[in-house]
Amino acid sequence: MKRFGFLSWALLFGYAFLYVPIALLIVFSFNESRLVTVWAGFSTKWYGELIHNDTLLDAALLSFQVAAVSATLAVLLGTCAGLALTRFGRFRGRTLFGGMITAPLVMPEVITGLSLLLLFVAMEQWVGWPDGRGVTTITIAHTTFTMSYVAVVIQSRLAGMDGSLEEAAMDLGARPAKVFFVITLPLIAPALVAGWLLAFTLSLDDVVVASFVSGPGSTTLPMVIFSSVKFGISPQINALATLMVLVVATGIFVASIVMARQERQRKRDEQMAIQNG
Amino acid sequence: MRAVVSLLVSGLSRIGLWGRGVVVAVPYLWLMLFFLVPFLIVFGISFSESIIAQPPYSSLVEWLTDEDAGTSKLQILLNISNYFRLGGDDLYILAYLNSLKIAAVTTLFCLLIGYPMAYAIAKADPARRGPLMMLVILPFWTSFLIRIYAWIGILKGNGVISNLLEWAGITSGPVEILYSDWAVYIGMTYCYLPFMVLPLYSTLEKMDPSLLEAAADLGSRPFKSFLQITLPLSLPGIVAGSLLVFIPAVGEFVTPELLGGPDTLMIGRVLWNEFFANRDWPVASAVAIALLLVLVVPIMIFQHVQGKQAEAGR
Repeated sequence: MKRFGFLSWALLFGYAFLYVPIALLIVFSFNESRLVTVWAGFSTKWYGELIHNDTLLDAALLSFQVAAVSATLAVLLGTCAGLALTRFGRFRGRTLFGGMITAPLVMPEVITGLSLLLLFVAMEQWVGWPDGRGVTTITIAHTTFTMSYVAVVIQSRLAGMDGSLEEAAMDLGARPAKVFFVITLPLIAPALVAGWLLAFTLSLDDVVVASFVSGPGSTTLPMVIFSSVKFGISPQINALATLMVLVVATGIFVASIVMARQERQRKRDEQMAIQNG
Repeated sequence: MRAVVSLLVSGLSRIGLWGRGVVVAVPYLWLMLFFLVPFLIVFGISFSESIIAQPPYSSLVEWLTDEDAGTSKLQILLNISNYFRLGGDDLYILAYLNSLKIAAVTTLFCLLIGYPMAYAIAKADPARRGPLMMLVILPFWTSFLIRIYAWIGILKGNGVISNLLEWAGITSGPVEILYSDWAVYIGMTYCYLPFMVLPLYSTLEKMDPSLLEAAADLGSRPFKSFLQITLPLSLPGIVAGSLLVFIPAVGEFVTPELLGGPDTLMIGRVLWNEFFANRDWPVASAVAIALLLVLVVPIMIFQHVQGKQAEAGR
């Protein structure tokens, strides 16, 4: 048996550091007492109150809409960008393009938020669009910073993928668009799913950028949580957090099972092809 | 559905090479409009004056017509007082320095906790590496705000840590860690840890174990081999991870706002207050430009590292 050395302890400490806070959050969401950290017995009443909190539900609905639309747009734009950066070789302005793709990954949120708001205000002055700020401007802002993450995910999938299949199809006379839809797209499908999920969660998580570019009547869920957390902790937020963690965990679990199954299927197909060939 | 796809395919095939142009042009134009142009606007507005109007800043360019003389002229007013204000007021300078300090300490903590984790995972049984990495990434998928919120209940007076210490008899009263720089260090390390572990793991995993075996055969002690072989070889991962943590941490707003005290000055908070509380858009813009100037070198190094990794992946 291997001794339980420094590395194992470091790993254990790391995982405890990552998971204990979330576990405590979930435990205290079932606390009877309004004082979140003092245990007073098991109760699910905070979940009941959650259902009647209209502000929260409206904000959640809005956030889901924004996240779904911006994640879809981000996947479309990010896939094009990833494709251009890995498969198109050198083209004019590639350096600038690559820079604009990676910079949003590390750009502080306050800068992204402020700069987009000032753009929207200036655009309204010059061309009259967007008319005020709200769901549209939040969606555009989220698409812009999440498409970089999608592009990076797609890029790494494409870079790790053998380009010979595409080349073979081209040699056999398939046009580039056909090669993309028939060969490349099915192969990068898992990356597309991962990219969409990543963009969706990032959008659902954003409070800073949304605060800058939102208008009256378009308050997202993180904005509601942020303003209520600033006034102190409440068991209702614990209950909400528990539900969010549950949804995310289920989503990831299902997605990883589906992807693992597809990967196995692909391997099996490859084996069959080799044996039959 | 099939018919639609085949129609799409044949339509796009007919476009041929032109389609390639569209694939580049659409994301390119999007980023130009929504990423590059906004910075130019921020730069422009940082030279304007704050006025009470909608929007609350003066126009830089004015077209003046003199009716009597029959002439007209284009007048461009650049107001650099916003930058003088940044340089002349201790508040801003302290906020910049403090942000750099907090981001540096956070990066160091992430490295100290993240490196052994990444190393242990890279050394683990290959079949176990996937699930172990998954466990590191999973918290990243849950809301950032919720994870910061979780620490409020742990760090506040009468919170979990305070109660534990009292119960163990170490302290005899509530201990409040919340609303201090330490709370900010803990919260930020917690949130950014996965960003450090990911690149570290990917460089450590690629390392050839036979190098260490050779060193051991030649009589090198494990610690010496680590310092002379593993550490230098994992340097690209250390650089990438540190930049992924450091750059966004300098401009962090949510963590210091929720966990920090009123004297936890950070530049992201200053920018936020100038914009939302004082409604001084020009000064907020100047703060943003100054922050970008501080970050431009780290961002360029990050891009260089990222570009090299993309090349190596091929």
